[in-house]
Amino acid sequence: MHEKTHNPLIHISKRSAMPWYTAWAIRGIALVAALVVCAIVSVIVTGEDPFQIYATIFEGSFGSSRKVWMLLQNIAILLCVALALTPAFKMRFWNLGGEGQMLVGGLATAACMILLAGKIPNWLLIVLMVAASILAGAIWGMIPAIFKAKWNTNETLFTLMMNYVATQLVAYFIILWEVPKGAGQIGIINQKTEAGWLPMLFGQKYMLNVLIVALICVAMYVYLKYSKHGYEISVVGESERTARYVGIKVGKVIIRTMLLSGALCGFAGMLLVGGTEHTLTTTITAGRGFTAVMVSWLAKFNPIWMVLTSFLIVFLSRGAGQIATNFGLSPSFADILTGVILFFIIGSEFFINYKLNFRKHEAKEG
Amino acid sequence: MFDFIGFIPRAVMQGTPLLFGSTGETLTEKSGNLNLGIPGTMYVGAICGVIGSFFYEQAAGANMNPVLGVAIPLLCSLLGSLLMGLLYCFLTVTLRANQNVTGLAMTTFGVGIGNFFGGSLIKLSGSEVPAIVLSNTSALFSRPLIGGNSWFAKLFLSYGFLAYAAIIIALIAAYVLKRTRKGLHLRAVGEDPKTADAAGVNVARYKYIATCLGSMIAGLGGLYYIMDYTSGIWSSDAFGDRGWLAIALVIFTIWRPNVGVLASFLFGGLYILHMYIPSGMNLAVKELYKMIPYVVTIIVLVISSMRNKRENQPPASLGIPYFREER
Repeated sequence: MHEKTHNPLIHISKRSAMPWYTAWAIRGIALVAALVVCAIVSVIVTGEDPFQIYATIFEGSFGSSRKVWMLLQNIAILLCVALALTPAFKMRFWNLGGEGQMLVGGLATAACMILLAGKIPNWLLIVLMVAASILAGAIWGMIPAIFKAKWNTNETLFTLMMNYVATQLVAYFIILWEVPKGAGQIGIINQKTEAGWLPMLFGQKYMLNVLIVALICVAMYVYLKYSKHGYEISVVGESERTARYVGIKVGKVIIRTMLLSGALCGFAGMLLVGGTEHTLTTTITAGRGFTAVMVSWLAKFNPIWMVLTSFLIVFLSRGAGQIATNFGLSPSFADILTGVILFFIIGSEFFINYKLNFRKHEAKEG
Repeated sequence: MFDFIGFIPRAVMQGTPLLFGSTGETLTEKSGNLNLGIPGTMYVGAICGVIGSFFYEQAAGANMNPVLGVAIPLLCSLLGSLLMGLLYCFLTVTLRANQNVTGLAMTTFGVGIGNFFGGSLIKLSGSEVPAIVLSNTSALFSRPLIGGNSWFAKLFLSYGFLAYAAIIIALIAAYVLKRTRKGLHLRAVGEDPKTADAAGVNVARYKYIATCLGSMIAGLGGLYYIMDYTSGIWSSDAFGDRGWLAIALVIFTIWRPNVGVLASFLFGGLYILHMYIPSGMNLAVKELYKMIPYVVTIIVLVISSMRNKRENQPPASLGIPYFREER
């Protein structure tokens, strides 16, 4: 009795390992495909020839030295948030609360700038800003972590909700501090005295931001790769049971790591408020807390690769923004193009992790 | 005296998009897919309906056929959100991509689509204000089923048909999930796909169908918001963070669409409570009132995890892709 079994056309199996260059080649192909699709979309919408579109994308990032600095500045902040989220992600703790942690960090910074300006020396003000933002972000990140460690509360949903609590908190303080009364916004803080503004370095406004984030990036790489903490994070991420078995206190690692993650997010909020925007709005983070999730994930949680992925995303969104300005489109065009590119890269991971085995014709069974 | 007759219908209308969103997301999450693209999907559902009705209003002019006037936006909206659902499924189920990343990318994408096409239509219509006004279509959508002036009619009969549809869909979803074999299979897929697979349930098919249906239902929430709540006026970012509130509502109702009916109206009420509570000159406090829905959701999430009752937990495999060979 031999029953013919159904033999699927495509059989999917997991790849054992792939050299890193092949993996990046696949990602590169996906990126190129995405860029082609983006160009097609742009051509349909604008009616320009595709090379003009690509030229415009470059112009958006490298068109002038101001644009280059804007690019670097944006990369720095996005990278900072991505680095902040990474230790949590490595632990399989989905910290989607980057937005909220940045916002409370920014809020703490703005509070120092508004309430203490002129009362204490500037260097002390900046030190306090840094401390306050780190503390605020750490608290915001630690709350979900404590509940996760103690009662296994779903962290994805918890951190997500904390974002909106933070948004409303910021909205509350904006109205409290609004200038002038009834304007509904704070405006530029300490515009005349520039108290609490991060200092210029080598005559460049954003140089300090970029340097600090570069340092954090290297430090995070070392921390994750070579420190005992980093090792514990990987073990907890791979298997909580193993971690317990080898005597790692899982709860402690979760709380400690989220403390770090939240603190860095808060610091990113400080860079945003104290170093770049010099104001506070509820939308100041511009979705970076979410974009950073993708930056970190695309880089496979490797801090060094994250420089590349954050560059890619900022470069593309600034380029798409330039297309929108040049051709009179809505600025949301950038979101669409970013979305398309992300879909392609997200999809390409499949071909890195899995292998497609097509059914062979009339395969002989042994 | 607190104006209940004025407040409750507003709360219901504010809650209806959330109800659509949360019913859709509950169905999706029951299959183990945490679709964080729902806020984007709701934008797409809204803008597709707006596009459909915009061109129909332009084409038909004064003599609009009421049936077509309702059917065209409705179908466009369903189609748009179906495509979003399919995209999510293709990436997460077929290609096994990370659900959080895919969902967030979809929200960026969907909000972008909404605001971009909204902006283009505004330019096309050449209007002075940055908004599209679809009052004819909106009149069809927001026409009360029966209407009347008594307090009873104001509280229960004054809504457009989509509001009633939201309640009916939520109740049907609750029934299907709890009482039918299909619902049992779906829950099995969300709880433990390996076991479901071993029992002969087609895991991928259930995930696809539940997620796509969920997306379509959620998209209707966007459509309702534009056509009924704002009386057919689309402006950029008008929908706000309601999509995230819908996801909060899923947790708040501990994954039960029938609870969602009342809970969504409660959330809707909390969302607009600040307009009805006299806070004197202190506008700032109103912002804190808007925080309440989220804080309440967090409390529910924490309490349900503390009590650790099995039926109140998120689906066990929520957010985890299923790969049969990986056992």
